[in-house]
Amino acid sequence: MQKSKAFESRKIVIAGIFILVGLIFVARLFFVQIIDEGFARSATNNVLRYEVQYPARGLVYDRNGELLVYNEAAYDLMVIPRLVKNLDTLRFCKLMDISTGEFETLFNKAKKYSRHKASVFIEQIAKEQYGFIEEQLFKYPGFYVQSRTLRKYPKSIAAHTLGYIGEVSPREIEDDSYYRQGDYIGKSGIEKAYEEELRGKKGMNITMVDVFNRVKGAYENGMYDTMAVSGNDIYITIDAELQAYGEQLMKNKKGSIVALQPETGEVLALISSPAYDPNLLVGRVRSKNYNALSQDTLVPLFNRALLAMYPPGSTFKLVMALIGEQEGVLTEKTSYPCAGESSLPIKCSHTHNSPLALVESIEQSCNPYYWNVFKSIIDNPKYGSTREAYDKWRSYLESFNLGITFDTDLLIERSGNVPRPEYYDKYFGKNVWRSMTIRSLSIGQGELLVTPMQLANISAIIANRGFYYDPHIMKSIKKDDEIVPIPFEKHYTMVEPKYFEPVVEGMNHVYSGEHGTARWYAHDSIAMCGKTGTVQNPHGENHSVFLAFAPADNPKIAISVIVENGGYGSTYGAPIATLLMEKFLLGDFKKPWFEKKMLETDLLKLN
Amino acid sequence: MRSRNNILQSIDWWTVVIYAAMVLLGWISIYAAIFDEEHSSILDMSQKYGKQLIWIGTSVLLALIVLVTDSKFFPTFSFFIYVLMLGLLVGVLLFGKEIAGSKSWFQFGGFSLQPAEFAKFATNLALAKYLSGLNIDLKKISTLIRAFIILAIPAALIFLQNDTGSALVYSAFIFVLYREGMTGSILIIALVTVFLFLLALLVNKMVVIVGLMLLATLLILVIRRTFRNIIVVIGMLLITSGFVFSVDYAFQNILEPHHRTRINVLLGKESDLHGAGYNVHQSLIAIGSGGFSGKGFLKGTQTKFNFVPEQSTDFIYCTVGEEWGFIGSSLVVVLFLVLLSRLIYLAERQRSAFSRVYGYGVASIIFFHFAVNIAMTLGLFPVIGIPLPFFSYGGSSLWGFTVLLFIFIKLDSNRMNVL
Repeated sequence: MQKSKAFESRKIVIAGIFILVGLIFVARLFFVQIIDEGFARSATNNVLRYEVQYPARGLVYDRNGELLVYNEAAYDLMVIPRLVKNLDTLRFCKLMDISTGEFETLFNKAKKYSRHKASVFIEQIAKEQYGFIEEQLFKYPGFYVQSRTLRKYPKSIAAHTLGYIGEVSPREIEDDSYYRQGDYIGKSGIEKAYEEELRGKKGMNITMVDVFNRVKGAYENGMYDTMAVSGNDIYITIDAELQAYGEQLMKNKKGSIVALQPETGEVLALISSPAYDPNLLVGRVRSKNYNALSQDTLVPLFNRALLAMYPPGSTFKLVMALIGEQEGVLTEKTSYPCAGESSLPIKCSHTHNSPLALVESIEQSCNPYYWNVFKSIIDNPKYGSTREAYDKWRSYLESFNLGITFDTDLLIERSGNVPRPEYYDKYFGKNVWRSMTIRSLSIGQGELLVTPMQLANISAIIANRGFYYDPHIMKSIKKDDEIVPIPFEKHYTMVEPKYFEPVVEGMNHVYSGEHGTARWYAHDSIAMCGKTGTVQNPHGENHSVFLAFAPADNPKIAISVIVENGGYGSTYGAPIATLLMEKFLLGDFKKPWFEKKMLETDLLKLN
Repeated sequence: MRSRNNILQSIDWWTVVIYAAMVLLGWISIYAAIFDEEHSSILDMSQKYGKQLIWIGTSVLLALIVLVTDSKFFPTFSFFIYVLMLGLLVGVLLFGKEIAGSKSWFQFGGFSLQPAEFAKFATNLALAKYLSGLNIDLKKISTLIRAFIILAIPAALIFLQNDTGSALVYSAFIFVLYREGMTGSILIIALVTVFLFLLALLVNKMVVIVGLMLLATLLILVIRRTFRNIIVVIGMLLITSGFVFSVDYAFQNILEPHHRTRINVLLGKESDLHGAGYNVHQSLIAIGSGGFSGKGFLKGTQTKFNFVPEQSTDFIYCTVGEEWGFIGSSLVVVLFLVLLSRLIYLAERQRSAFSRVYGYGVASIIFFHFAVNIAMTLGLFPVIGIPLPFFSYGGSSLWGFTVLLFIFIKLDSNRMNVL
């Protein structure tokens, strides 16, 4: 008894130690559970998986409802580096068909992006390969597959117009907060122009996973999940059959074709040759193919129809005639003599009857005639100076949309070139230059440059007798099962409709006239109108140019064709344009004798 | 004098109620820890929570058996029980089954028993018997050594089973020895050792030594500067510094690699969160994400989706922390403190030295488990696999603690009959 009492006070020490430890625990709990919020965040990171639901991108149809672009399932292999454990790298690489070196690079890239957040490890695995990978994937924690869609082009046509999609650049992410790293965005063509219609709206699934990364169900019963909304389908103005036929005709030739519906400005065909298969720029093979295409000396990625600029050559005579008439210096009856090769200051490359009037001048493409027209416009006494008359002439051209861009959904286009007077001031000196100095302009040469699109638009203007709609690709958008047409602006030129008739007649004579420059291709039932051009090319063989529309009354198609190094306008431009117009107007038509030659000619081999 | 047969009136209901509350909370926590939709019945016998119910039921039976046993049985058969248990500890080394690296299990059909869990009360009985003898003076080195041997034999056998955690439990008896008259300096030295040990691992050892030097300088300035005092202070400085160096040496050269890694990770020297530190990291996330009031019963995501390993056994406290938050986890701490205080109070009111020593032994063992287990889940102590009394899943541990506690309840209920 005595002994036990002696040390009884020691119970205070012992109980004190016990309670001290308890207090330390409560303090620690307070810190861990209430002060530090990092643990709650870590718990969320552990268990929540944010899975983006990618919407199906809108489909693209041609004007007749033919499918041009659709989606095919593909799969992105995602990785969360933090969760990757005990990885059998060799077997993994074999399964994924990559080298261990590639694996290191990809894995380091993913780790650099984030150890905790998912990033794309291998993008766009094809459906066939995916089936095999999916079976094995459970062996590799930290990796999972996210389905995506790839663009597919069943007809392999109109690559330039349709454009392609690619991963967003950091800059694009900065510009639009909708995008996250690894998202796809339209990079060119209509994919870019109508990105916001086509992309739809991403959704988000929040699921909970356990320690083995197995999905255990929706977070909060899916309360925070959002559905992906598919993109809108669009109808473009292209006629797939016409486009395909045009591409076929242009095979092995450099150049371009633009076909418009004159009454609406809708682009029926937009061909730049050499073209490429749009399916090449899709999926894992894209970068490899893109590099090959961009290094090709024939620059297939370059859209000549909108970006290449050529002197219009003799096709420009049509515009000259119209301006002359409106200015009152030219009538249908005005005639000028031609001395053929010995004409001054501009010679005529071929001999024909002289003198000749307006309609014949177009039919036979007389150079001296248009030198005279140009001179009478520029030297018109009603203007105080050459410069004033030149400015007026320029403003006419601008009303034909020459020297400026259309600024529609074509996105990338060049304005061509109609020199400013300042240019000549600088080149020749102020008040020094006269109509004689700049005479090359009269026959569409010199500094004058147009794009094939502008050339086709000239044809559409003449077909319409004086107006045009801005050429465009988008026809209508399908929104909530309703097809919404897209309006475009109508423009009038400065030339009155009545002045167009002699020009139309002249163009008709190009086909039907005894001396017409395209008389070999005349059609027995359709009244076609055309104009040849042979564009002088200081670097080699002349370019073959042709612009046309048909039928002469109530035209349905206006077209421009440029075949680089094709020689005379009548050699390639005229037959190709004719074939396309027949195709468009008649559908299944009896193939004329010159089709075979056009299809088989290989101008690339000659070079 | 109360009738010795009226056991229901004489037992300490406080302790019984706390025991019952803890066992019940433990059972619910085990259910929450491994809950899945497919086996949603808490009575599903194919799951751990169903099995735990069997352990609880049999524990109640054990408790009743202990309560109806004659009180004299325990002091009388203390050494017999002790030797019997030592025999089992030797037996398990020879015939036991190795589970998770520890050879400490006897297997009978589907159930395994761990003798180490029963060695605790046996050793406690033996120590109580020895210390309650006549003319026992713990100031004498020989007595201390004998007491130490009683503790060291089971500890060594358990250590040989490769169950370091359960072996370390015997160090808890230092509180009993202190209460019974062992010089206080040994307790101080022990506590300072543990403190310095953790400090040496936690902080750069040069920083610790500089700190010790400053402390020594401060002491010399404060105390009477006799030659003897100064020599003592300098001696203490040398000893403590030497200890810090030797901890470092021991850590690098003596500790097994997996222990070393665990300690390193705990101390933040290694950050391989998927290796050894994974448990502690996930455990802290579970507890920390509970917040003030917890995520709610069966709502713990860390818990439900198996992010914390060993969650129904050693890491059961995580479930409490995650689902019941600060309120729930503090309540568990408070429950333990109330139980421990109650046990000390009960021990002090014993007339017999045997009962008192035994009571302190019960408190010390429970305290050690409580302190080390929760410190481990809170990242304050290396991961040493010992269960949280009454909470953790496991039949041996629940049986062991039940018998340990109820022997004392029985002894206490009979205290008036002791002369």
